[in-house]
Amino acid sequence: MTELLGIPPQVLFGQVMLGLINGSFYALLSLGLAVIFGMLNVINFAHGALYMVGAFVAWMMLNYLGIGYWPALILAPLVVGALGVVLERTMLARLYHLDHLYGLLLTFGLALIIEGLFRNAYGVSGTPYPIPEALAGGQNLGFMFLPNYRAWVVVAAIVVCFGTWFLIERTRIGSYLRAAVENQELVRAFGINVPLLMTLAYGGAVALAGFAGVMAAPIYQVSPLMGQDIIIKVFAIVVIGGLGSIFGSMVTGLGVGVIEGLTKVFYPEASSVVVFVLMAIVLLVRPHGLFGRPRT
Amino acid sequence: MTAAKENTQTMSTGQKISNALSDRRVHLAGFGVGILLIAIAPYLGLYPIYLMKLLCFALFAFAFNLLLGFVGLLSFGHAAFFGMASYISAHTIKVWGFTPELGVAAGTLVACVLGLAFGSLAIRQRGIYFAMITLALAQMVYFFALQAPFTHGEDGIQGVPRGELFGFIDLSQTMNLYYFVMAVFILGFFIIYRAIHSPFGQILKAVRENESRVTSLGYNVTALKVGAFTLSATITGLAGATKAVVFQSATLTDVHWSMSGEVVLMTLLGGMGTVLGPLFGAGIIVTLQDYLAGMGSWVTVITGTIFVVCVLTFRRGVVGELTRMLRIHS
Repeated sequence: MTELLGIPPQVLFGQVMLGLINGSFYALLSLGLAVIFGMLNVINFAHGALYMVGAFVAWMMLNYLGIGYWPALILAPLVVGALGVVLERTMLARLYHLDHLYGLLLTFGLALIIEGLFRNAYGVSGTPYPIPEALAGGQNLGFMFLPNYRAWVVVAAIVVCFGTWFLIERTRIGSYLRAAVENQELVRAFGINVPLLMTLAYGGAVALAGFAGVMAAPIYQVSPLMGQDIIIKVFAIVVIGGLGSIFGSMVTGLGVGVIEGLTKVFYPEASSVVVFVLMAIVLLVRPHGLFGRPRT
Repeated sequence: MTAAKENTQTMSTGQKISNALSDRRVHLAGFGVGILLIAIAPYLGLYPIYLMKLLCFALFAFAFNLLLGFVGLLSFGHAAFFGMASYISAHTIKVWGFTPELGVAAGTLVACVLGLAFGSLAIRQRGIYFAMITLALAQMVYFFALQAPFTHGEDGIQGVPRGELFGFIDLSQTMNLYYFVMAVFILGFFIIYRAIHSPFGQILKAVRENESRVTSLGYNVTALKVGAFTLSATITGLAGATKAVVFQSATLTDVHWSMSGEVVLMTLLGGMGTVLGPLFGAGIIVTLQDYLAGMGSWVTVITGTIFVVCVLTFRRGVVGELTRMLRIHS
């Protein structure tokens, strides 16, 4: 088989692989959005900005402190998570009793501030981040060349998504979280510190965004605009999947990534809008999203 | 005793003011004064171009407030209507040789159609989803504007001739243009004002307060919302199309999501759900942008800070807070 539908297989599989990688980031980000939305009833517009902060923290650690990729993969998400905890405690927590729209507007403002600050400091053009040595090079699979780092991103993203799923669905703290989503008053009556739980959920979810940022750093350029480029797509993906389930976010993220990759092969002009077209179609057919439940 | 007496006196004054403000004749008188002020503003030392920009953005914010303030729908995609209308009006005037009024009408019409399409789609979800869907749909329009040949990508449409209104009023004369913009503004404002104070507007407010109740009364809530969305998009288009004539250009800035954010900020800052709030919000933001124009991306930081401060401490906006201060006294 030398050609498939008139497309050389290297190009086809290459784009599918690229789609899977983009999809991994979509999955990680929409997963965080789903957790935050479930717990706090807030759509976190700052999610893209915090993803960008994650990449920049890794870059700064390397260039200012000489801390390499592997420690940064742990440290940068912790920094972003701590930032998230501060933002949640000082600002978001004041808005829970109000209309959900205010949470969206606040995080929109925060995103503007964070991105503006980084733009002042580092300009709009990106700076490269080297691929860690252990993952340099790649495998020749016969039908395509697979860079090791890209394979690592997909595997790591899937592992982290499953880890989050396990944490929420199979552990004690996860059961508190789920219970608090259903009925906060009752969970508080049992003596569980729900505000603390909400802070942890927000911190954890934005740490996921930071983690995605570090993983993205060697693939895309580290740039102040990398967050806003991706976040609107992630919103569309959230609408496609519905915020119902963690599993749903993962599947939708990866799936949309692959579809986007295939569009780049067959109809490149549409590749930047295909996510939004998909969203429109899903809205027409299944208004609550593929995995969402109709809410009352 | 004296203190209490004084208190009652101020209370009654406050009530008087408050009552007087909702009187229809006072409204009419207010409009008269407002129109007069706009008409003479260029002679008071204010730059006509600045004023025209202000009027266009105020109209944009009025249209947006119709949706957010009176129906409770937060659209994050209004830049699509604003920008697309400005592209269409610029293109029809420059390439097809339309007169300005026809160009503006064409832009407005396209925004109307686009609004109907987006509204019908976005209305299928509510609340936060609605905001995300409008944002995503608008992003689609942005990419279209980036790639379509007639919009000239990053360059935008430049050097649009101002032309002659109805074929005989020369709009390259700044004051002629100013009064044209003023007429458009008054028309748009009047349409919105009438919509808010009509039975349609009353039902929209009822939808905001209690949607299921309105449904149970036999109203078609979906159609009402789509109607309000389309009207808002149309007036937004009118503002965008007029802006293209004023600045003789249409660019990607007008259709970018940050423009959607800007109009949200104007409405929030001025006071959502108040009739005049958006005018104040637009005034503050446009003036601020003029002053900060040389500061590059600090503008983004400042805009974001205003957003955060507004949401945390100042949710009623300028006009909302003023009205509340009057009400407390009554």
